[in-house]
Amino acid sequence: MRSFLNWNAFLSLGVAIGLAVISVPFINWAFIEAVWRPDAAACRATTGACWGFIAEKHRFILFGTYPFEQHWRPALATVLLIGLWFFSAFRFSWRWWLALVWLVGLAIIALLMWGGILGLPYVENERWGGLILTLLLTTFGLALAFPLSILVALGRRSDLPVIRALCVGYIELVRGVPLISLLFMASVMLPLFLPAGMTIDKLLRAQIALILFAAAYLAEVVRGGLQAIPRSQYEAAASLGLGYWGQMAFVILPQALRIAVPPLVNTFIGLFKDTSLVLIIGLFDLLSTIKVSLNDPAWAGSAVEAYLFAALVYFIFCYAMSRYSRRLERKEAS
Amino acid sequence: MSNRKLRRIAYQAAAVAAALALGGFLLANTVANLEERRIASGFGFLGREAGFEIGQAFFLHYSAADSYLKALAVGLINTLMVSMIGIVLATGLGTVVGLCRLSANSFLRGLCGAYVEFMRNVPLLVQLFFWYALITEGLPQPREALNPLPGVFLTNRGIFLPSLSSTPALEGFNFSGGMTITPEFAALLIGLAVYTAAFIAEIVRAGILAISRGQVEAAHALGLSSFQKTFLVVMPQALRVIVPPLTSQYLNLTKNSSLAVAIGYPDLVSIANTTMNQTGQAIEGVAVIMAVYLSISLSISACMNWYNARIAFR
Repeated sequence: MRSFLNWNAFLSLGVAIGLAVISVPFINWAFIEAVWRPDAAACRATTGACWGFIAEKHRFILFGTYPFEQHWRPALATVLLIGLWFFSAFRFSWRWWLALVWLVGLAIIALLMWGGILGLPYVENERWGGLILTLLLTTFGLALAFPLSILVALGRRSDLPVIRALCVGYIELVRGVPLISLLFMASVMLPLFLPAGMTIDKLLRAQIALILFAAAYLAEVVRGGLQAIPRSQYEAAASLGLGYWGQMAFVILPQALRIAVPPLVNTFIGLFKDTSLVLIIGLFDLLSTIKVSLNDPAWAGSAVEAYLFAALVYFIFCYAMSRYSRRLERKEAS
Repeated sequence: MSNRKLRRIAYQAAAVAAALALGGFLLANTVANLEERRIASGFGFLGREAGFEIGQAFFLHYSAADSYLKALAVGLINTLMVSMIGIVLATGLGTVVGLCRLSANSFLRGLCGAYVEFMRNVPLLVQLFFWYALITEGLPQPREALNPLPGVFLTNRGIFLPSLSSTPALEGFNFSGGMTITPEFAALLIGLAVYTAAFIAEIVRAGILAISRGQVEAAHALGLSSFQKTFLVVMPQALRVIVPPLTSQYLNLTKNSSLAVAIGYPDLVSIANTTMNQTGQAIEGVAVIMAVYLSISLSISACMNWYNARIAFR
């Protein structure tokens, strides 16, 4: 028997009331009573949000301690890097020449960031910071972890027991411990590992930890792709007279990696989010520059606004990537 | 011996030799560096006096005069406490959100979908900083504490709850008596639970969608109510699909609790970090962190494998 009352409508009403109770004060705080101008006095006076803090500090948040007159360089590098990612999202670009495009693009970015020639003053990488640092850590983390992860995934599926054991050990060790412990290892232990007199800077050390971390997670995704390839493909490749590396490079990997693209993108999102942890070992990524800006006593009490802004920036990047991965999945399925 | 067999042995021998060479090279450098910096290696430092206070200690009575070993034990208990409570809260919230995402009510469905999308696409560290800022800047001073329920006070110094023996009361500038939840613990717990719940919600949803329609229709034909249908027919079967990925979320939550160091909750990583800074025993500190997390990971997987074996088809 159907109920005379429409529970669905009641539920909608309940949800709507609950939403209104939360969102009306929020909208009031975030928009109506908010201060948008970079005016610290007005901010202290209002009960609303102080978005003026972001307006005041946006240069530091975006570019960190990079020399102020040179900010156009990281800005251009950021646009270029996002452009490269965007370009690589299209299927027609998944050819061997894409690697060439990336090499040229990254060379231009390195030139912009370091300078030292063509009349650009040299900027050492201790002064890099903000959004471009987050993007660069992600990009190089992926670019170098990806080939490594393919080797490790192949090693894990190898029929040579020693190689398999080494790869399993690496993957399980890295996936069993938190990223922070790897970052600590890179920042405090790596200097002890190196021969006397040899040093590598903090940025590179953090990058190495991120690469080793990402490679273990990516290897598991690649392994998933490899497992989805039917046995007959291996046999067909072998019957063509190809050796092991020939089989992998020309027959198995091109198919396996295509299958693995959506989960790979999800791992990329994870790594992008995880780069924020470099804050803990003292690098100036996007989250770190936001946190440091809050130390200014003139703008005390803007932390909630600042972190909402951080959340928004990260959300835009991650949401774009996750939509993309879902679209790929749907295309794959159809 | 055939050429192929020989090659297989050669490859593996080369891999072992390379691994050993790398390990030996790093070890030799480390020994030389430690000697040069006059750092004594070994775990002898664990018995020495720690000399720092810890803001929160469950079960153990700790003071600055205690040893590093005891400080690390306090950190481990703090990690386990926040992880366990976090796992319970995240599972509850995640199940509710996951069920809501399948609700017939499109409004509720959309709301829970937005929750999942937002939480999954913002780094946990940002969320932790947000909750910490909201508690320490958004909540009022103890004198103007929010009092939503009798005996419960929300302030920027923490959350005060009545305990079995006493209720919190304002004394001077702060509350005393009752149970105190520090802002750090509260921020970490909320952050971990709310973040992980979004992932658990997706797992619950996928698990329920994996149940064949026939089962739901059969339950309907038996005249079961919507509540009975969900909890007596669908969920017990969905659990088989849900448990393996749920295990990895529990592991993630436990590993993510190490972000406590960023907001000042004294978890294991945070205390090991202080220890490393004070003693210079970096290798031992990192080794302790890694060993503890590896054992936690292995125990959680073992528990969940046992549970999974129990609920699997026999």
